[in-house]
Amino acid sequence: MSALITTQIAALAKRSTLKTLRQPFQMFPIVFFPVLLLAVNASGLQSATRLPGFPTHSYISFAIAVAFIQGSMFSLINTGTNLAEDIESGFFNRLALTPMRRLALIVGLLLGVAVLGALQSGIYILIGLLFGAHLDAGVAGALVVIVLGSLAATAFGAIGCAAALRTGSGEAVQGMFPLFFVFIFLSSGNLPRNLLKTGWFHTIATWNPISYLIEAFRSLFIVGWDTVALERGFAVAVGLLVVGLGLVVLTLRGRLQRT
Amino acid sequence: MSDLDNGIEVEGLVRVFKGGVRAVDGIDLRVAPGEIYGFLGPNGAGKSTTVLVLTTLLPPTSGSARVAGLDVVHQGPQVRRAIGVSLQESALDPFLTGSEHMRLQSALHGLPKSEREARGKELLARVGLTEAAERKIGTYSGGMKRRLDLALALLHRPRLLFLDEPTTGLDPQSRAALWDEVRRLAQDGVTVFLTTQYLEEADVLADRVGIIDHGKIVAEGTPIELKAEIASQTVEAVPQDPGDRERLASVLHRFGPETAASAGGVAAQLPEGAGDLAEIVRVLDSEGLKVADLRLHSPTLDDVFLAKTGRSLEGAADSADEQDKEASSVEPAVA
Repeated sequence: MSALITTQIAALAKRSTLKTLRQPFQMFPIVFFPVLLLAVNASGLQSATRLPGFPTHSYISFAIAVAFIQGSMFSLINTGTNLAEDIESGFFNRLALTPMRRLALIVGLLLGVAVLGALQSGIYILIGLLFGAHLDAGVAGALVVIVLGSLAATAFGAIGCAAALRTGSGEAVQGMFPLFFVFIFLSSGNLPRNLLKTGWFHTIATWNPISYLIEAFRSLFIVGWDTVALERGFAVAVGLLVVGLGLVVLTLRGRLQRT
Repeated sequence: MSDLDNGIEVEGLVRVFKGGVRAVDGIDLRVAPGEIYGFLGPNGAGKSTTVLVLTTLLPPTSGSARVAGLDVVHQGPQVRRAIGVSLQESALDPFLTGSEHMRLQSALHGLPKSEREARGKELLARVGLTEAAERKIGTYSGGMKRRLDLALALLHRPRLLFLDEPTTGLDPQSRAALWDEVRRLAQDGVTVFLTTQYLEEADVLADRVGIIDHGKIVAEGTPIELKAEIASQTVEAVPQDPGDRERLASVLHRFGPETAASAGGVAAQLPEGAGDLAEIVRVLDSEGLKVADLRLHSPTLDDVFLAKTGRSLEGAADSADEQDKEASSVEPAVA
């Protein structure tokens, strides 16, 4: 990779991170809503831990995994909205008028998302531990959670970028949020799959890739080192990232028509 | 035209959008190195689309364009290195400061790290933004944003500068400051391609003007040439005593044919120009005619636009809005 591209990537990643960090209304939901939902679920569903076959006695340790996915989905919205704003305001044209390479634009944007994904994952771990969650895999496990959280945020962020590049509209990107949120509810987010007795729900949760992401995060909190769960979770995150990047490359071709 | 030239050469340029909207419909133009070229026309006339094509952001449907001696279709990256562009919107990030914009832009242009800080400071000082450099753009006025936009366009020392309606929405003071800066740049040898819908701006600033309407260039030349081509100067007088109106008319019409005048006044064209004015005053005096008001009118670029298109530029701006909306609805944001 040439020195110029590295410089361009670093500059764009820094700008992407600063833009999000300087918008409290973007940072607030990333931290507040997943924690709020975690608190509500943990207090209301603690009795679920008494079900035969429930894998832990701490519902908060079980449910905290969902926070990482919710945070990743906020990354989708924030990244997509920020890029759509750049397109709407003409800032994207400003970037296109420089010798900036397409690769630098994509990597720079997503590197910023990755940094924020790691940051928000660290915040969820700290808040979870503060409220009684137990991280069975220890400090090394926390690092893996942060890496997986960053990867998931980047993957969802790429999908948000593709939506922004396709539509050029912040509203259109935000309209995707409920659609993706449904995936969380139709997953093993609230109960382990072995306890989902409704046939159709069990089937959907089994086919829903979000279940495997959640179970990878969860395994580190309540099991320790579950290689199968981690392999599946990382495979889903990488798969989503590949799909997201493919969509970004395709949509960027249509949006960036410069000669 | 050699690769080292700073000029623009366009032949038969066409850009058609989805839905068949011909935003640019076969234009030819030449801009000489070091010239300030004013591209004048109402909203939706095709000015911004032309700029997007010339700055490589939008491929043409047909025709050819060379900017700084480089083909905009086949040498896009080289063209972008040679030009500086300030597009219609002051596209700045409201959450970054002026300095951060300069650093981002200089990194994207690949300026050596040792040079970035100094160049940024130099340009911020040049556009009078040193004190506001560490403030976020969200706190800047329209004029400050435009000045920063200009500084960003100049960061990599371009040979050719595109300014797309740079003073739209600015107060007169900010507008005058920007004009001064454009003049300084031209004196430094930078070629300036300036689009505007302000007649005065084109008249005062441009060495030559191209008038575009419905995607076609309808007139081109220096402002003086264009005005001389379509109309002579006119003289208008208002008699002190309204009863002298007929006598006043007979005097003025000795110098040229009658033309439209304000209420109570009499006007005549002056085919020989302002040189007749002294003689008119002498004749009025010798005939004992007293006037309350005597004015010499020079033709404006709006008169040129009126003569070439059959309507005034301001009226055209309103009627072109619909076409503009149609074009923008099919035009990708970048394209």
